[in-house]
Amino acid sequence: MTTNPEKSKKPGFWKIFLEELTNRGKQPGDDKKGKGRIGQIILIPLLAVVTGLILGAIFIVLTTEEVYAGFGRSFGAGLAASWDIVSTSYAALFTGAFGNPARMIAALQTGTDLEIRRAFNPFLESLVTSTPYIFAGLAVALGFRAGVFNIGAEGQIFVGAITATFVGYSVTGLPAIIHLPLALLAGALGGAAWGYIPGWLKAKTGGHEVINTIMMNYIAFRLSDFLLTGPMKRPDSFNPVSPEVLSTAWLPRFFPDPIRFHLGFFIALGIAYLVYWYLFKTTWGFELRTVGTNPNAAKYAGMNVTRNIILAMSLSGALAGLAGANEVLGVNHILAMAFSSGYGFDSIALALLGNNHPLGVVLASLLFGTLRNGATRMQLSAGIPIDIISVLQAVILAFIAAPAIIRTIYRLRAPAVEEGGITIRSWGGN
Amino acid sequence: MTPVLELRGITKRFPGVLANDHIHLTLEQGSIHALLGENGAGKTTLMNILYGLYKPDEGEIFVNGQPFEVHSPSDAIARGIGMVHQHFMLIPVFTVTENVMLGDETLKPGGFLDREKAAQRIREISTQYGLEVNPDSYIKDLPVGVQQRVEIIKLLYRNANILIFDEPTAVLTPQEADELFEIMQSLTRQGKSIIFITHKLREVLDVADLITVIRRGKVIGSVLPSEADQSKLASMMVGREVKLELEKAPARPDKTALRVENLLVTDDARQVAVDGISFEVHEGEVLGIAGVQGNGQTELVEAVTGMRDVDEGKIFLLEEDVTHLSPRKFTEYGSAHIPEDRQRDGLVLPFPVMENLILCTYYLPPFAKGPVIQWERVLENADRLVQEYDIRTPSSITSAGSLSGGNQQKVIVARELSRPIHLLVAAQPTRGLDVGSIEYIHSQIIKRRDNGVAVLLVSTELDEILQLSDRIAVMYRGKILATIPTEEASKELIGLLMAGVPLEDARQQIQNKSVYSA
Repeated sequence: MTTNPEKSKKPGFWKIFLEELTNRGKQPGDDKKGKGRIGQIILIPLLAVVTGLILGAIFIVLTTEEVYAGFGRSFGAGLAASWDIVSTSYAALFTGAFGNPARMIAALQTGTDLEIRRAFNPFLESLVTSTPYIFAGLAVALGFRAGVFNIGAEGQIFVGAITATFVGYSVTGLPAIIHLPLALLAGALGGAAWGYIPGWLKAKTGGHEVINTIMMNYIAFRLSDFLLTGPMKRPDSFNPVSPEVLSTAWLPRFFPDPIRFHLGFFIALGIAYLVYWYLFKTTWGFELRTVGTNPNAAKYAGMNVTRNIILAMSLSGALAGLAGANEVLGVNHILAMAFSSGYGFDSIALALLGNNHPLGVVLASLLFGTLRNGATRMQLSAGIPIDIISVLQAVILAFIAAPAIIRTIYRLRAPAVEEGGITIRSWGGN
Repeated sequence: MTPVLELRGITKRFPGVLANDHIHLTLEQGSIHALLGENGAGKTTLMNILYGLYKPDEGEIFVNGQPFEVHSPSDAIARGIGMVHQHFMLIPVFTVTENVMLGDETLKPGGFLDREKAAQRIREISTQYGLEVNPDSYIKDLPVGVQQRVEIIKLLYRNANILIFDEPTAVLTPQEADELFEIMQSLTRQGKSIIFITHKLREVLDVADLITVIRRGKVIGSVLPSEADQSKLASMMVGREVKLELEKAPARPDKTALRVENLLVTDDARQVAVDGISFEVHEGEVLGIAGVQGNGQTELVEAVTGMRDVDEGKIFLLEEDVTHLSPRKFTEYGSAHIPEDRQRDGLVLPFPVMENLILCTYYLPPFAKGPVIQWERVLENADRLVQEYDIRTPSSITSAGSLSGGNQQKVIVARELSRPIHLLVAAQPTRGLDVGSIEYIHSQIIKRRDNGVAVLLVSTELDEILQLSDRIAVMYRGKILATIPTEEASKELIGLLMAGVPLEDARQQIQNKSVYSA
């Protein structure tokens, strides 16, 4: 063993990583079936996506008038119309999400910068859409790991956006190297404050965080309405929008307009790694996970349960706040009403889909961002309402949240112990 | 004569485990057939098959010579098979009659319950079999032993002929257990047949007509009690020689490690649970706290280890006042705690073994360098302890929850005893464990004692208390009734104290009894 520590160490750590990834913080199954478990962790989301796409196709067919008209003429015409609309839609979804391969190759052959950028823009835009998902998904996942169910990510996103915006336009005369981090920090602190309150209430009074974060959401929405129509309203505008954030606080973009791909994506990846490191490599993370998995054992081991709950909610809030700051500083450069379009709620699904593991959350976020971005294109070129994508996402999620459905459809063997799901434990409360 | 029950070649496979491997079992009418085996040997699986909860992969069941297909407990009950579960299935706020009727209600015309008729039936049953119980009492007011009788009456009320007792003595005082055995005898005299599941050796020798030992899903053999003794049964159960009598040197008590003065602690409902207790534990001795479950032992342990607030009184560790200290400080004072409920407090089941092994010391070197956990050290530590404490696990990163109960307990014992300590507080350290694990954990505790550790042992198992302790304190309703040196303690005496009889009266009773029998 000691003769070659490198060699004996590595597989161990790869195994540990897999354990972290697959360990949902719940009663484990028979470990002899570990391999099957890991396989299913990947297989189930994949099958859920495929099933979602199939069901989505059915929805598209059912909601398209041409199909009905086609069936009115003849059965064959109806089928043809169905195939037609589904294939155009999904082709548009694909090109909207990843770009058109033919165009990409052509652009590479011409070698013009502009053409190449334009060809690759859909893919980059997908990454832009994924970025807030990553932040918010991490927020909820971190909460789950600590046993708290943060439904308040949406509100924390709003507050983070407000504080980031405020620092972004009101603090002047700073170089970008200071101003940008300051604005990001403000966003994180805003979100953290919004998470701290329900965390404190849960730890000290036992008030359930699900109720309190929902209430904090409403407060955040109305707070932003109030600020945008009052104190933070842009003086020269009739619309309820904030002044523009100074360019020193912008997240730098890598390409000229209209390509919006910005530094935020890489910051998100960095933060994801940081969350991973925090949760799995530090004593703080160990405490957080212990408190989240078995508060009694945490108390027995001398950990401070209340402090860890408050800390987890604050950190979760900070991550959600960063999602808000990212949108303002990287994409919009202003704060407008209802800017978030539900990232905070989708993030609950992302955390679940990603098994509450940072890597899983990043992958889930990329999937969601890609779908949402592709949907825009699908709406434009195939005339499919963007709502279909929401339906698709909902279907995919339902399948992932209830793996039993997928197992039944595809006749997969269940793991030895049926998952109870960490969320259920958390709903149970204290 | 055809046996009342015959199991032929029962086989049950679970993924990766052969829980029952071609088991043959014959139960003769009017006899007590003991099923002896370690936890996880397959006793419960077998009985669940008989009771219709599992479907066997192979094999047949015959009742009175007739093949019997069982799909649910109601099938079993219809054929006269009844089971007294380890955990009672009674509704505390209902009366005995109501509980017995539940599911098989006698009705008056118009759909009203006929409690009178049912109560009458219960009285008949209780006089017939010597099951004393008042049909109108509420379950919540009855002692555990009587509640168990109600369970038995429930089965007799449904005309059960074959009764399965699943670890029935786990919750009883020795006296209550003796009463239960009398009831079992009286049942068999009147033609009932009993399957008695247990892992307690002495009990089967006392009460069974035939003993079948099961190990790893296989029948190892059947013996008559007259031809067996405890060590023979133990080695059949475990598959190797087992030392039942713990060899230990006389204690060499040193300075006081733990002193408790007039301790008053309340439980979660703010009721007084520990009522002004004082005692001392010296280095190098084991103080055993005996008592029936729920007489304040849990709260006492929690208070001593800092997990529960102390309302009044003081606690001293090595003569330092530690009364309101946190569990963390308790650990740092050189104390270890094997908690009563290993799954609730002692382990984080989904976490790997290696993380559970650092649960109390994760923040200290060598496991942490600043805030960063040194996983190489943690893994090394785990691999070493798994070896040293013989924890049967596929690897150190296997989750604790997938280990057997005995190995889960070994994880806790390894974690707590691998630190340098002055005091060990062990609450129910072997509850629900098999003979092999019990033997191992006992020897570890005595080893620590001999190295000068003070041990506070809390257990409801009288055998354990008598084997390990140097002095025995008996707790009853939050108070210590008496503290006696083990040499002066007998099973009977402790049993009487556990039932709340004062020391003098208890001694008197025992004396009278011996005069009587002489």
